[in-house]
Amino acid sequence: MVMEIDCKGMYYKKLNKMIRNAIDKNETEFVLNNINGQRYIGNGINEKIKITINGVPGNDLATFMNGPSLIINANGQDGLANTMNAGEIIVHGSAGDVLGYGMRGGKLLIRDNVGYRTGIHMKEYKKQVPVIIVGGVAGDFCGEYMAGGVLVLLGLDKDDDTPIAGDYLGTGMHGGVIYIRGEVEEHTLGAEVSVLELNDKDIKLLKKHLGEYCKHFGLDLEEVMSKPFIKLLPVSSRPYGNLYAY
Amino acid sequence: MRCNCYIPSGCSISGMMSESGKRMDGNAIIRSIALMHDRGNGLGGGFAAYGIYPRHADQFAFHMMFDTKQAKKQCEEYLKDTFDIVLDEEIPTRPGGVFEEETSGKDAEYGARPITDPPILWRYFLDVPEEKTTFVTEDEYVVKKVMEINSKFDSAFVASSGKNMGAFKGVGYPEDIGMFYKLDEYKAYIWTAHSRFPTNTPGWWGGAHPFCLLDWSIVHNGEISSYGINKRYLETFGYKLELRTDTEVIAYLFDLLVRRHNLSVEIAAKALASPFWKDIDRMPDREQKIASAIRQVYGGALLNGPFSVILGHSRGMVGFNDRIKLRPMTCGRADDMLYMSSEESGIREIEPDLDEVWSPKAGTVVIGELHEEV
Amino acid sequence: MMSELPAEFIVKIDYDRCRRCKRCVMNCSFGCMQFKDRVVPEHKNCVACHRCATFCPESAITITRNELAYKENANWMPEIRKNILKQAQTGGILLTGMGNPRPYQILWDHMLIDACQVTNPSIDPLREPMELRTFLGRKPDRLEFAHNKDGEIDLVTELQPQVKLDVPVLFGAMSYGAISLNAHRALAMAANRSGTLMNTGEGGLHKDLYPYAGNIIVQVASGRFGVHSEYLNTSAMVEIKIGQGAKPGIGGHLPGEKVGEEISKTRMIPVGTDAISPAPHHDIYSIEDLSQLIFAIKEAVDYTKPVSVKISAVHNVAAIASGIVRAGADVVTIDGFKGGTGASPMVIRDNVGIPIELALAAVDQRLRDEGIRNNASIICAGGIRSSGDVAKAIALGADATVIGTAALVAMGCRICQKCYTGNCAWGIATQKPELTRRLDPEVGAQRLSNLLTAWSLELKEILGSLGVNSIESLRGSRERLRGIDLDEQTLKLLGIKPAGIGQ
Repeated sequence: MVMEIDCKGMYYKKLNKMIRNAIDKNETEFVLNNINGQRYIGNGINEKIKITINGVPGNDLATFMNGPSLIINANGQDGLANTMNAGEIIVHGSAGDVLGYGMRGGKLLIRDNVGYRTGIHMKEYKKQVPVIIVGGVAGDFCGEYMAGGVLVLLGLDKDDDTPIAGDYLGTGMHGGVIYIRGEVEEHTLGAEVSVLELNDKDIKLLKKHLGEYCKHFGLDLEEVMSKPFIKLLPVSSRPYGNLYAY
Repeated sequence: MRCNCYIPSGCSISGMMSESGKRMDGNAIIRSIALMHDRGNGLGGGFAAYGIYPRHADQFAFHMMFDTKQAKKQCEEYLKDTFDIVLDEEIPTRPGGVFEEETSGKDAEYGARPITDPPILWRYFLDVPEEKTTFVTEDEYVVKKVMEINSKFDSAFVASSGKNMGAFKGVGYPEDIGMFYKLDEYKAYIWTAHSRFPTNTPGWWGGAHPFCLLDWSIVHNGEISSYGINKRYLETFGYKLELRTDTEVIAYLFDLLVRRHNLSVEIAAKALASPFWKDIDRMPDREQKIASAIRQVYGGALLNGPFSVILGHSRGMVGFNDRIKLRPMTCGRADDMLYMSSEESGIREIEPDLDEVWSPKAGTVVIGELHEEV
Repeated sequence: MMSELPAEFIVKIDYDRCRRCKRCVMNCSFGCMQFKDRVVPEHKNCVACHRCATFCPESAITITRNELAYKENANWMPEIRKNILKQAQTGGILLTGMGNPRPYQILWDHMLIDACQVTNPSIDPLREPMELRTFLGRKPDRLEFAHNKDGEIDLVTELQPQVKLDVPVLFGAMSYGAISLNAHRALAMAANRSGTLMNTGEGGLHKDLYPYAGNIIVQVASGRFGVHSEYLNTSAMVEIKIGQGAKPGIGGHLPGEKVGEEISKTRMIPVGTDAISPAPHHDIYSIEDLSQLIFAIKEAVDYTKPVSVKISAVHNVAAIASGIVRAGADVVTIDGFKGGTGASPMVIRDNVGIPIELALAAVDQRLRDEGIRNNASIICAGGIRSSGDVAKAIALGADATVIGTAALVAMGCRICQKCYTGNCAWGIATQKPELTRRLDPEVGAQRLSNLLTAWSLELKEILGSLGVNSIESLRGSRERLRGIDLDEQTLKLLGIKPAGIGQ
């Protein structure tokens, strides 16, 4: 049973309340048409429902989200997966700034590019490991303050001049791992980050996550894995240990 | 009328331009800013429009606000002495005009908000008398007089002073301000809009964006944390900063760098949003020399703090952000149209099919220009 | 410890009285008291926490300042020289704890409260009702009523969620991590008993405290530690922390060695990693971003709880508070520059921010000028030391006050400013099990409740002498305050008249 809603001109409060009420009545699948700018879709929802979003959703999509599956057939704006706990978001397009801020679980898969400050302070805890995979390139401050989780930048279809990530990559990183399909220049790296080669465990992990990613976007896993990856790890889990005088 | 304290501004901005000079009515820009309704708080909205007075294209069009009839009279005496008034008339308004269309940004439950207590809104089409330009240019003269009016007359305010353009702004949600000023009846090839979230006593129409001087108009999202020094820097060049909003600083900096110092808009933007030293140190020699010199000489013009700005002038529209992109901006193109907005949905509301859509890099400018022949 | 720096304190043992019971040795957590055939203090390690002296059965211990005379120099105080030596040695930022200890003027002590004499009667709080109940939250400007079909009157206006306090004093935000779980437990139990609220701080909420949800403010700070939808809903109120008085504008840092098993679970980060809170919320760079987060939280709790925003008192606090209220916050908490902390760079703690008295007066006035005072409750914090300070704060316009340092002192804290070392001898600002067990949550809760009870009684006495029997009649009533030994500008900023002026 799929609930289709024509959201043209509908204010976010009304839309989200409608979705919440329907979930209380055991609806599990939604298709939102004519979406443009409605905020907080998927916010705070715990149930494992599915929402297909046709149109550009507003900011803070899936904030505090805790289970659902969202499919966006357009670009995303800012703040997707803000402090998200569980669930998955598939974006058939690009997305904006501050994605996955404080994300602690679930998956954010983006077909094209992302903006600034992706994955700030992502954190993991025991089995909850958040994953962000970007098909294109990212802007400055990617992985800032990262404390856990997996961030992957693929740079597919980019031209040679465009760097795959901006400056201050992984600045303040003290946990988690960033995989990059290609090279980065040393001066763009944060002081807390070291560049390493992948080992077998890494390849296995990448294959698992990218396998899923490729399926969603109709890509060939072998082609994606054919170019060498590098891995960025924090130099220390206590990057500011020597900053203070006691 | 004037408030005596600093007003920071948070909000949303939107801009659209036809690079072929095609003139459009204000309906689209109103819908775009209405969609981003939640970014404002109803205490300020405004628009700048270019190409709206073709029959008076050579006169300076002063959009003025007066608290009282007395103030208007006094100011008109002053104007009579300083300019040749070719025509003056009330700016047509639609009292109680509210934007009723449903967009996904506007909560219909909040109901329509009619614009109340507007000041007296009047426009003057002015020529600068020849004898006044013996030692100064027309532009310089106008700038000086505008600053004099704004500082001397407490109950009068010049909202815009350019040729063939105007600012329409006030206290209210921008979509309601747009309906109030009957922007659907004007035709312009550049429209910019702003929705404000001020944190001070409402009631001061002059505080809304856009901020204009000559044919510069600025709509701005963010807060300039270097305001204190930018203000003092400008004051050394004779600018009088009366309006206590940081946006004023941006407009005056462009006037100083582009009009008076003859820098290109791109270089001026580079002074305002300079690259970091670590990036300058890695530039090739020629570029490094330029970038270094700009920072050394124009340190007082460096803008710090989050900002995204849309600058309008008679030949184009410029969008740019602070150098670590703390405020959002998305741009889009479709045929000869260029769009800029705080949110992509603001553009999609008026142009669902875009040829390209992108987010400009921090500290870079996006320039829209009228084609040569226009 | 710095070898070239002299000891700050000298520990004197009266060996004639000393019983050699070694209680001091067992109690000292800073490695000061040693025993080698008699008690031998290592003076350089003493921090004047008084643990040893308090537990000595013979009162044989005195702690004195180490009086090393310098040639007189009003500019180059010993403290300043010591700081320079430390920095020369380490190249590091000087850390400290608790609130600003510098001798800035205390404005509370320059305000005097009125009392009734003759023309207006005092009220006796012991025999007559005296109401301190306070509701925090957004209130409408007016109420609407209608007749229902039975002809009775019904209330049409739906009030936004409100939080009830039995006393206008709340416990300040102190994270589990900065303080021990036992201290957190004590605060939660006391809040429950005394009808007020405690605040989780930025370290998340331990599962053991979930039963006290109705008395807890959960904080969403920039690190988002332990923040998920269940956490948000296990609360009476959700607070977005933008800043705190002790360290306006900067972030927080819990060193990895303080992140043990329980903290790891509560904050949802791995054991032993640093818990760093970034300086700004990276999704709040402008006022409309704050509005975006406020409504994201309201959506997540389905509009059932008020949302508070906590800021430091800074120069432009009035405009900022106005913006916050217009952004949708139901409560604004302002923390003055004397607020405490577990760890802050000393230079920030001592030099940044403005006094809460001035901030509170400015914010209250600004919101009234704009006609939006009803839209949010104002809570003030930062050096509230007594019921007198509370009464004056309320008279200036606060809806409620917060105590942080005072609560810790009630539980045994001696304000030695060494919280950041994690060696708190009183078992409060530490995670070491041998120290945390020194604070019995039940005893701690009782002491906190006692403090609030005592202050409630005192507040009632103050109200009674003012001739009012409801706190609403004191709230914002600046007319009941007079300033003494304050200059004209300060009086104007506080909005009070100088003592000596009548009506």
